[in-house]
Amino acid sequence: MKKISFTINDKPVEVEILDENTPLLWVVRDNLNLKGTKFGCGKAACGACTLHVDGEAVRSCSFAVKYVQGKKVTTIEGLGTPENPHPVQEAWIEEVVPQCGYCQPGFMMATAALLEKNANPTDEDIDNNIINICRCGTYYRMRKAIHKAAALKDKSLNI
Amino acid sequence: MNKRILFSLLVCLLVLFVLYPKSKTSEVYLPVKEKIATENSDKNFHLMMDVLTHKRCVNCHPNDNIPKQGEDSHPHYFGMSRGENNLGYDATKCTTCHQSENNDYSGVPGAPEWSLAPASMKWEGLDRYEIAASMLDPKRNGGRTPDETMHHLTEHELVLWAWNPGVNANGEPREKPPVSKEKYIKAVKQWFEDGAVIPENPNKK
Repeated sequence: MKKISFTINDKPVEVEILDENTPLLWVVRDNLNLKGTKFGCGKAACGACTLHVDGEAVRSCSFAVKYVQGKKVTTIEGLGTPENPHPVQEAWIEEVVPQCGYCQPGFMMATAALLEKNANPTDEDIDNNIINICRCGTYYRMRKAIHKAAALKDKSLNI
Repeated sequence: MNKRILFSLLVCLLVLFVLYPKSKTSEVYLPVKEKIATENSDKNFHLMMDVLTHKRCVNCHPNDNIPKQGEDSHPHYFGMSRGENNLGYDATKCTTCHQSENNDYSGVPGAPEWSLAPASMKWEGLDRYEIAASMLDPKRNGGRTPDETMHHLTEHELVLWAWNPGVNANGEPREKPPVSKEKYIKAVKQWFEDGAVIPENPNKK
């Protein structure tokens, strides 16, 4: 068994794992019981499993758990709280984005990572960066929510 | 009568001149030793280029800023393109999916410094002679000297990944280049040692 230590949503954890190449997604969902990050395709194609490792968006179904040793992992559960939602979560609620909702945590995590690098993304930036897949086709509402999240984030920074 | 004989002789000479094979005259004379050296250099060139023209290499040397994938070299799914510094975009980088080694769970390939070759190194659509010329041109090869190019081609882990390409999304092994890694490295080193001479391109008249 191998021990891997990292922080998840600011909480230090240590997991014991037989195969250090096990996808981080499986560890997050099955070992750490954080079910917000979803399994979609398992091939790094759909983006439902997107979370942050040291602030960078990664597809956790294709990310070996060994790579998070000593790093900071953030999942949708750690993005904000019900009392103090992240601007992306706030915008998603205001624009009533989800339909079935399954893919949305991945989209929100990708968007949060984008806004950290690009505070005011254009439509072209959104097209280049947010390439997850939503089978309900909520892309139009998501685009509106991404612009709204940028505005909300900007507003919260200026207070 | 003499005029007739003279005329017939002239016609015969003209016919012989027209029918005589011209290729003999264009061949360059080489001493035996030099000829063998040239033949070996050409052989090494073709061994090297059999690898460098393979999809495992050319897929990441696109001519349209869009990486290619798979054995059929289709455009990278999900609209991925070159982005900034050949590494993708702010929130969707190459490393969002590609790590420093292959992932056999998802079938996503990986190697250290996974990235697209710079735009100046576009090989897609070029033949082997044109690729070799581009490889030796400091304006297109990232300012590398021939020695640096040789080291890049024989030592860079991303280049050598071609012989460890892992499995695809369906768990099937990816095709490797048609020449073994050892044979390729030997051929590249010898070709550079022999002066990195690109044979005449038969496609260009």
